[in-house]
Amino acid sequence: MRQPPGTVARYTTAARINHWITAGTLILLAVSGMALFHPALFFLSALFGGGADDRAIHPWFGVVLLLSFSLLFIRFARHNLWGRDDSHWMGALRRVLANDEEHAPEVGRYNGGQKLIFWLMTLLILVLFITGLVIWDTYFFGYTTIETKRVAQLAHSLAAVAIISVWIVHVYAALWVRGSVRGMTRGTVTAGWSWRHHRKWLRELASAPGEGAKRR
Amino acid sequence: MADLQGLDVIRRSASTEIPPQIRETPQVAKLIDVTRCIGCKACQAACMEWNDLRPEVGTFQGSYDNPLDLGPAAWTLMRFTEWENPKGDLEWLIRKDGCMHCEDPGCLKACPSPGAIVQYANGIVDFVSENCIGCGYCIKGCPFNIPRLSQADQKVYKCTLCSDRVAVGQEPACAKACPTGAILFGTKSDMTDWAGERIEDLKSRGFENAGLYDPPGVGGTHVMYVLHHADQPSLYAGLPDKPHISRLVQAWKGMMKPFALGGMALVALAGFVHWITVGPNEVQPEDEAEGRRTIDEK
Repeated sequence: MRQPPGTVARYTTAARINHWITAGTLILLAVSGMALFHPALFFLSALFGGGADDRAIHPWFGVVLLLSFSLLFIRFARHNLWGRDDSHWMGALRRVLANDEEHAPEVGRYNGGQKLIFWLMTLLILVLFITGLVIWDTYFFGYTTIETKRVAQLAHSLAAVAIISVWIVHVYAALWVRGSVRGMTRGTVTAGWSWRHHRKWLRELASAPGEGAKRR
Repeated sequence: MADLQGLDVIRRSASTEIPPQIRETPQVAKLIDVTRCIGCKACQAACMEWNDLRPEVGTFQGSYDNPLDLGPAAWTLMRFTEWENPKGDLEWLIRKDGCMHCEDPGCLKACPSPGAIVQYANGIVDFVSENCIGCGYCIKGCPFNIPRLSQADQKVYKCTLCSDRVAVGQEPACAKACPTGAILFGTKSDMTDWAGERIEDLKSRGFENAGLYDPPGVGGTHVMYVLHHADQPSLYAGLPDKPHISRLVQAWKGMMKPFALGGMALVALAGFVHWITVGPNEVQPEDEAEGRRTIDEK
């Protein structure tokens, strides 16, 4: 694929495919899971062939999510390590939310908010997977006590509500900061976008010989 | 649903319909007089017979309990306990275990599938198998550890109190088969009165703690026990002393449902409000110019 002039490569094709498998699975999990959480949303189970099929397939989506997210984690974890700059950036969150980024610290590949979402997703997916195994009665009923399953059930639903909320923030942020979505669809972002939102990252790319900005 | 309208449904899982209320249906109860039970298992055989159930034949494990536990095809079970009383005498306590048909059923509260668990106006709690999705939530909701998930069809089963028989004016199969009159069936008030006479008799014969097991923690039950030691129900193979729906289940099925949906809606609403008040963060022509200069400097 030719990279348009004035753009910067942000995500490789493999990373994008990996991201969208994860995203699709997370949405399928949220929909099939909410069907079992609230009677008012039980009708959503029809999308999966009815209540019993919804119940049967939901945990398998979870397995796919864990595998897919694990790859995403390996890909992105090192870019999401927390630094002092991130704490400073979080301190200026109010200004960032008011679209005044000039007065916030310069940002590398990811800002503090993005990193926070990354780690929250990681933590919540782990909690959801482990508690999900405990209540996957088809295969694992005999391994835990009923009381343990009750705790897991409550934790699973709380974590699900949390991750859906985090997901809403993630999606809104991508829409609010114009020009972000193309990074994950076409793999490139404009130089202006990078200058405005990830200046330190752009400078690093520009100074790295043979790498970065002009890379296809 | 195999509803021949013999019994009105007053509670239906995961539903908000108003139940029919014009008929006055008497509350029924099964009274199990543990003190008259001889452990013959005729009730187990009658239950299998009437409900066409054949649990898998197991192996001898050194216990009179046979099968060893309730199962998807074993809806009632005699549980045998050898107890040495404070006088040093052996008492053989035999309890017929099975669904207690709670007035406030934890299974029904936990069930996410509309109409998979219903409570009839007479108090019987029934599983409607065709609506059962096999999630096992009822197992977590039950304070008595009764429902069992079948590996054959991924549905959950338990005693129906022979709702099909009761609907046509018959008593449950176990009550019909019991040779000693230890299992009786009738209106709840009749059963409570009869239990009162039995308890008086037991007290006069030295069982001063004899009493009726109709635990208020679950709103009372439609299966009641006469116990010689009603002060210690747990003597009888772990019958819960004070059963109630787990607080974890109550939190999950109560407060959490509206708060969770409301919370997620609020997060989405916050995004919308931000969009219409602050608006999108757009890249400006100056940014593009600066950005291009940076990559061209390379």
